[in-house]
Amino acid sequence: MSLVSEGADFRGSLAAGAGIAEPSLATFGDYFALMKPRVMSLVVFTALVGLAVAPGALHPLTGFTALLCIAVGAGAAGALNMWYDADVDAVMIRTSRRPVPMGRIQPGEALAFGLTLAGFAVATLGLLVNWLSASLLAFTIFFYVAVYTIWLKRSTPHNIVIGGAAGAFPPMIGWAATTGSVSVEPILLFLIIFFWTPPHFWALALYRTEDYLRAGIPMLPVVNGDPSTRRQILLYTLILVPLGISPWLFGYAGAMYGATAIVTGAGMVTLAWQVLRERRPVERASRNLFAFSILYLFLLFAVLLVERGWGGLIARLAT
Amino acid sequence: MGRADRPFGDVSIGSTMDEQRDEEGIVLTEAQKRARRSRSIAIALALAALVILFYVMTLVKGPGVLVRPI
Repeated sequence: MSLVSEGADFRGSLAAGAGIAEPSLATFGDYFALMKPRVMSLVVFTALVGLAVAPGALHPLTGFTALLCIAVGAGAAGALNMWYDADVDAVMIRTSRRPVPMGRIQPGEALAFGLTLAGFAVATLGLLVNWLSASLLAFTIFFYVAVYTIWLKRSTPHNIVIGGAAGAFPPMIGWAATTGSVSVEPILLFLIIFFWTPPHFWALALYRTEDYLRAGIPMLPVVNGDPSTRRQILLYTLILVPLGISPWLFGYAGAMYGATAIVTGAGMVTLAWQVLRERRPVERASRNLFAFSILYLFLLFAVLLVERGWGGLIARLAT
Repeated sequence: MGRADRPFGDVSIGSTMDEQRDEEGIVLTEAQKRARRSRSIAIALALAALVILFYVMTLVKGPGVLVRPI
């Protein structure tokens, strides 16, 4: 029996289990875990940056509402992802303790929870902020669940390249919440996260290859092997770093951002080069790149927030 | 149900209790009751927060909040 068909059997047993479900023992904490709070925090942070650096006035309560809806929308996408991926989550060490594979929440409950949250988040954002940001949020949830989770994740080694777009939309949604439109600057922020995603996840996949293999997920190291993945990581990093510097080059960000993007970008290239030269079973460079890539993205957006957005936010709160 | 439908009249207390037990359906354990209560409270708080959010945002946006292009 193949790994993939074993996964299908597990899905069948989960579905059967859902039909004769015991009264649920799921608590508020289980449902909160279903929303992937760590992913949600990154989404909220990047959306906050998009919202804060955008030109124009936005009432603080409207900004809070926009961030709340984006957070809940991200949580809804996470819940729907855990509903569909319960079979593969169960066989991967990293995800086996999630509420659905642990049996604390039934798949049907996760589906209902995700759909309800998604509906409320999109409708509230549309009614209280604007419909462009609500449409972008709806498209992001659809893209993450239908395009990435259901279609790409199990069918192509480029799953996280295309699927990474879902994680790149939040700053654009934040920008649209403030301005009611989309321009070059939020597209640059989108592209930074879009090209950051492959080196970040492939670095993780390099030292979790067995996990993905066991789950039958065709991640790049599983399908194309280690050397190809290491080359792709360097290639995407070489595209990412100039994109990271581009807001400064285009005059959207100041010197502090430019210096940060250059220094941390050099760090990314150095680590990607070390990953290229590393060979199994050594995985130190891959782990370092994975950890540093999180710091890299956080620093870029944090400096942008301090430099461009913070002053604007304070001025808006004061008026 | 009339007396004619029950062969033992009001005397068959045991069978009546069995029927009542069947009608009770699934009996929740204490842990399940606690979990259900925590979920109910969370839903109530979320709905209350939503009502407050819409009320406050209506005040923030002013009377124009209802004036929207069709």
